[in-house]
Amino acid sequence: MAAVTMAKALNTALLDALEGDDKVVVLGEDVGRLGGVFRVTDGLQARFGEQRVVDTPLAESAIIGVSVGLAVRGWRPVPEMQFDGFSYPAFDQITSHLAKYRNRSAGTVPMPVVVRIPYGGGIGAVEHHSESPEAYYAHTAGLKVVSPSNPADAYSLLREAIESEDPVIFLEPKRRYWVKQDVELPVRTAPIGKAEVVRPGADLTVVAYGPMVKVALDAAEAARQEGMGDLEVIDLRSLVPLDVDTLVDSATRTGHMVVVHEAAQFCGFGAEVAARVTEEAFLSLEAPVLRCTGLDIPYPPARLEEAHLPGVDRLLDTVRRSLDY
Amino acid sequence: MDATDVQVSLLDADGNLLAHPIYKVDLDDDALRRLYEQLVVVRRIDIEATNLQRQGQLGIWAPCLGQEAAQIGSATALRPDDFIFPSYRELGVAWVRGVDPVDIMRLYRGQALSGWDMREHSFACYSIPIGTQPLHAVGWAIGAKWEGCDQIAATYFGDGATSEGDVSEALNFAAVQAAPVVFFCQNNQWAISVPISRQVAAPIWRRGAGFGMPGVQVDGNDILAVYAVMRDAVTRARDGGGPTLIEAVTYRLGAHTTSDDPTRYRTAEEMAAWQGPKDPITRYRTFLERAGLWSQGFADEVGATADRIAARVRESIENLPQPPLTDLMANVYADPPQTLVRQFERLAAFEAQFESEHG
Repeated sequence: MAAVTMAKALNTALLDALEGDDKVVVLGEDVGRLGGVFRVTDGLQARFGEQRVVDTPLAESAIIGVSVGLAVRGWRPVPEMQFDGFSYPAFDQITSHLAKYRNRSAGTVPMPVVVRIPYGGGIGAVEHHSESPEAYYAHTAGLKVVSPSNPADAYSLLREAIESEDPVIFLEPKRRYWVKQDVELPVRTAPIGKAEVVRPGADLTVVAYGPMVKVALDAAEAARQEGMGDLEVIDLRSLVPLDVDTLVDSATRTGHMVVVHEAAQFCGFGAEVAARVTEEAFLSLEAPVLRCTGLDIPYPPARLEEAHLPGVDRLLDTVRRSLDY
Repeated sequence: MDATDVQVSLLDADGNLLAHPIYKVDLDDDALRRLYEQLVVVRRIDIEATNLQRQGQLGIWAPCLGQEAAQIGSATALRPDDFIFPSYRELGVAWVRGVDPVDIMRLYRGQALSGWDMREHSFACYSIPIGTQPLHAVGWAIGAKWEGCDQIAATYFGDGATSEGDVSEALNFAAVQAAPVVFFCQNNQWAISVPISRQVAAPIWRRGAGFGMPGVQVDGNDILAVYAVMRDAVTRARDGGGPTLIEAVTYRLGAHTTSDDPTRYRTAEEMAAWQGPKDPITRYRTFLERAGLWSQGFADEVGATADRIAARVRESIENLPQPPLTDLMANVYADPPQTLVRQFERLAAFEAQFESEHG
């Protein structure tokens, strides 16, 4: 077993995918010579050349539009959006073409494209570098939306995403890039569409994904120490497809559920989880499904982000509200 | 680079084919006659489609009336395995590619989101978001280049699209990668109600130089000039010379779509100036007559063919069945989420109640 960061796991997944399939191509801003601003593509261009790992012009819409064209020809592009906040220029290509092409072509032209987006805050960044855009993409039919919380899942989910015939928005929690895990690569974990109960518990279910899984686990440990209760933590891993069965099963057992995410609350992904669980486990719930999220504001300046982001204390406060309901 | 600031035109007002130092017409008599037939047939189908819309058989139609030479001339210069990424007014291009007009009208009737097998015809789905498809052509072309294949891509878009960021991104990306792609802009003078003078402040073709590729302006109602200019760009792309921007100056004689009323923004005098001798079919017929390739018998035969095709299209459209409910979700995903599957099952069960009620 070796200690591997998520960045390294992603890098290895890309390397293995490039090696395993000549049709896989990585493209984006600074992904080649520099190895990406987060070094996720480090060393790949030196190994596979400028045609497999392409430094593109600084044009996000072009990066996705060109990926669509490559996919029409049978390639499997893995474009990178350098930051969450810079994925918006590509929004039209993603929602109007990438997500719809298979459907518009009556199933004859699939879009095996994985759009990698480093996302989320907590890194003290300047504005536009800490956004959580998952709800935009999850709301768009035709896309799958995935977010790993740990290096093993990062490797496995990325490999599976690249193998998928459907386009995948692959959200990488940038504040987890440098956290290590003992894992032997290559590794395959649960498939896309399957949530994981990462900590079993009896009293309340915390639903998290990406950067918030660690916060949820820390909160569960604190709750145990403080005698608040025995929290179960679910790592969604994949927002689309959503593993409703695992959520409902857990809510049915615990009777309490809190969803936690960095993104704003209003029309956020937590609303979807709450609605689904309410519909399917209504009689088992002892409290409404509560949400612990970022405020409904533009991402704040770095010196205020701690107050904006759900942390252990604020999550425990929400947990308490549910348990006391 | 095209060094001159002169629009390329090969047919003079009397129908003479002029010699040009760069742009040549290498078509034999049969091919020249065939162009005429294609012009006439496409116009006939286009008018039939407008009529079908007026009669409620189509939800909407975007006529290519007046742009037939630009479309047919350029598409003829491509090889059948070169891939075309069109906009939504490309009946002439589609016809050259052997796409059944019924399949195009299926889109405009609301039967399907596109009606043809794009790989069979090397002709992509129509792209309705303005100016988005040139990027797809660039991606496809880069892929062809990486594969060491001599296929090229061509993309069609309008004058309005050149204001969209995606078109500039596509031109730049293609030039940087020396992608084998031809950008074919039909400047039909109007983006719905906005005239070219309000759309751009400099000629579109000149942008080629700024992006690092040849730019050419061609008389888009001169089918032979369009063919020759396209042929040159296609050859350059195929030979590794990279992309070309062509601006074909033409005129949209019809409405933007059947939902539009052009009398609100342009004059009858302006329309009239593009009809008569400037009409692409009239101009080409004058050439054929002068070249001894035209006869009344030939024209009658072509007219009869066009009528026959239009009648077949009309009959097919009128008899298209209601698309099945399963089309709603069959192709959204290769591997659909359970949430969608369950949602659809619920809908199907709901609809089934009424089926049994109605026997």
